[in-house]
Amino acid sequence: MTRASSKRAAAAQAAEPDFVQLLTPDGQRVTHPEYSVDFSDEELRGLYRDLVTVRKLDAEATALQRQGELGIWASLLGQEAAQVGSGRALREQDMAFPTYREHGVLYCRGIDPIMPLGLFRGVDQGGWDPIANKFGIYTIVIGAQTLHATGYAMGVAKDGKVGGDEGESVIAYFGDGATSQGDVNEAFIFASVYNAPIVFFCQNNQYAISEPLTRQTRVPLYQRASGFGFPGIRVDGNDVLATFAVTRAALDNARHGNGPTLIEAYTYRMGAHTTSDDPTRYRVASEVEEWQAKDPILRLRKYLESTGLIDEAFVTEVDAYAREEAVKLRERVLTLPDPEPGEMFKHVYPNGSPEVDQQAAEFAAYHASFEGAHS
Amino acid sequence: MRTTYREAVREAIREAMRADSRVFLMGEDVGRYGGAFGVSLGLLEEFGPDRIRDTPLSESAFTGAGIGAAIGGMRPIVEIMTVNFSLLALDQIMNNAATLRHMSNGQIGVPLVIRMTTGAGRQLAAQHSHSLEGWYSHIPGLRILAPATVADARGMLAPALADPDPVLIFEHGSLYNTEGELPESIPTCDISSAAIGRTGTDVTVITYGGTMPAVISAADELATLGISAEVVDLRVLRPLNDATIMQSVRKTHRAVVVDEGWRSGSLSAEVSARITEQAFFDLDAPVMRVCTEEVPIPYAKHLEEAALPRPERIVRTARELVGR
Ligand SMILES: Cc1ncc(C[n+]2csc(CCOP(=O)(O)OP(=O)(O)O)c2C)c(N)n1
Repeated sequence: MTRASSKRAAAAQAAEPDFVQLLTPDGQRVTHPEYSVDFSDEELRGLYRDLVTVRKLDAEATALQRQGELGIWASLLGQEAAQVGSGRALREQDMAFPTYREHGVLYCRGIDPIMPLGLFRGVDQGGWDPIANKFGIYTIVIGAQTLHATGYAMGVAKDGKVGGDEGESVIAYFGDGATSQGDVNEAFIFASVYNAPIVFFCQNNQYAISEPLTRQTRVPLYQRASGFGFPGIRVDGNDVLATFAVTRAALDNARHGNGPTLIEAYTYRMGAHTTSDDPTRYRVASEVEEWQAKDPILRLRKYLESTGLIDEAFVTEVDAYAREEAVKLRERVLTLPDPEPGEMFKHVYPNGSPEVDQQAAEFAAYHASFEGAHS
Repeated sequence: MRTTYREAVREAIREAMRADSRVFLMGEDVGRYGGAFGVSLGLLEEFGPDRIRDTPLSESAFTGAGIGAAIGGMRPIVEIMTVNFSLLALDQIMNNAATLRHMSNGQIGVPLVIRMTTGAGRQLAAQHSHSLEGWYSHIPGLRILAPATVADARGMLAPALADPDPVLIFEHGSLYNTEGELPESIPTCDISSAAIGRTGTDVTVITYGGTMPAVISAADELATLGISAEVVDLRVLRPLNDATIMQSVRKTHRAVVVDEGWRSGSLSAEVSARITEQAFFDLDAPVMRVCTEEVPIPYAKHLEEAALPRPERIVRTARELVGR
């Protein structure tokens, strides 16, 4: 490292990020010149319930994996506000394209939370209908979904479904690591050139597996947007109110025909990358503790308590509700039936194909020859 | 010395880096994390971040950068997490690395080594688990290696780095924990020949890489049935070493090709065609193949297992050929 570059790196670390915030880590409501929210008391309580429930279900999934009931799980721990804030900002007609970590957005879309567990238990390949639920299938290959989202948004525009309050917007989720992929940058270009109704929602959780943000960028990620010709904005991703406000504004902007926005939701992955990862290999405990103090749920709770919107009894009731949902989820996961081995041939082509059909038939005959012996 | 396949690859990298300052490793999470499969654990500590480089998350970029560095005189080892993700770098590998010697009229080559994990068996589903080394073997200008043994995992890297052209090394994910014996002083290793993994007389079973354990256990099972199987380990998938295959087939008169790739348009098809072309009159039976079912690799464990070439299928096919 040269002297100048180490100086720059030190400066970048010291500076508090410049982002939209409506709720401070200690639960103070602050104002922003451009962004605000207008929630009813009931809606605010609802957001709290969402955050707590989403965290609890996620913890249950992690526990199920630890007990050998799921193959793998990518926890959203720490990113609840980024996901619930943006997920609740979606209007019914909007379409979302997730990575593999957007269980909280999935929950906000009203999809049965058992769906991703079925996937990671290996009892189906990706159980929900992306079109009916307006929520794409989980994408493992980093960045690929941003292109799908862009193409989908180009189609929305071509269908004439933009230009008013009823317009459709698209949101593409991806991580900080993904911003280095060609696909993501190419998606930015296409969205920009075609003025597609899309919001690029980057959850900057500071890590791509073991690689810290500095391996992906020398400038704040949201600033990249300007080079592509559309606005970029950074939001406190642990602030559910600000995330909602910024995402809602960007989605509405897109649905009115004003093109893409890049949102960088500044957050932190509190847990492991996935259950196969051990984060102590590459990050220090003090960093995790620092972020613990910015917890998305705690700050909303403090705010709601300080304004008298919730009390101890409410908090207890929400905890009980979330626990109950988690127990129900666990029970249902354990009874999910294993697929028949022959299932794997079913969805290679919609109407079969000579090679696959022949192999399926041989496979069935072979298995039948063992019937009774073992399976 | 007893060692795992993973340690053998790591030792090979370590030795190459100590011996030649032009050698460096780059890829995603190869530094502090030690690589997605733990191969490079400890190397950052020994060689520092300049030579063990964590890159931004772009397969195309770090593969392309590897080409540039190789042309400029370095000897890069590029690690791609899995063969599925190498598809994001396919243009760099095929249109660039494999063609630059030809397009420069022989004036430059690309002495680049690309290592990647291949194959299924670890419940990583349809975007992590395929066996595409057969595809890569289709491409002139590349050398394709598939170490199946600890000895090859240890030995193949040095000659690969010495090769003036791009070499791809496919490490099957299910092999990393396998163990083997290595001599104290590592013998030189060739990257041109196939090997006889086990001698036999009744049927030749030809395979490579990750299906070797299934083939060996099938051969054991066949032995209990009184069938003597000869196992050919291809080792080098391009250029294929025909002589070893034909010699074996001329002895046993029967051949089964076992390949974790899909059957249609596969490496197994190539091997089978060569046997037919070169040893047709020595055959007592048609060449048979045991491949992965032609479906995207399923996630569920029992489905994944069912999709792969299992010992039972190999045994059954060999028995059909031998007629016992
Ligand atoms: C093309 C591709 N390369 C590598 C991987 C392996 N991989 C899985 S997740 C991941 C890191 C992604 O980081 P980021 O985009 O920041 O998202 P996060 O997981 O932190 O939410 C990597 C490298 C992959 N899935 N796809």
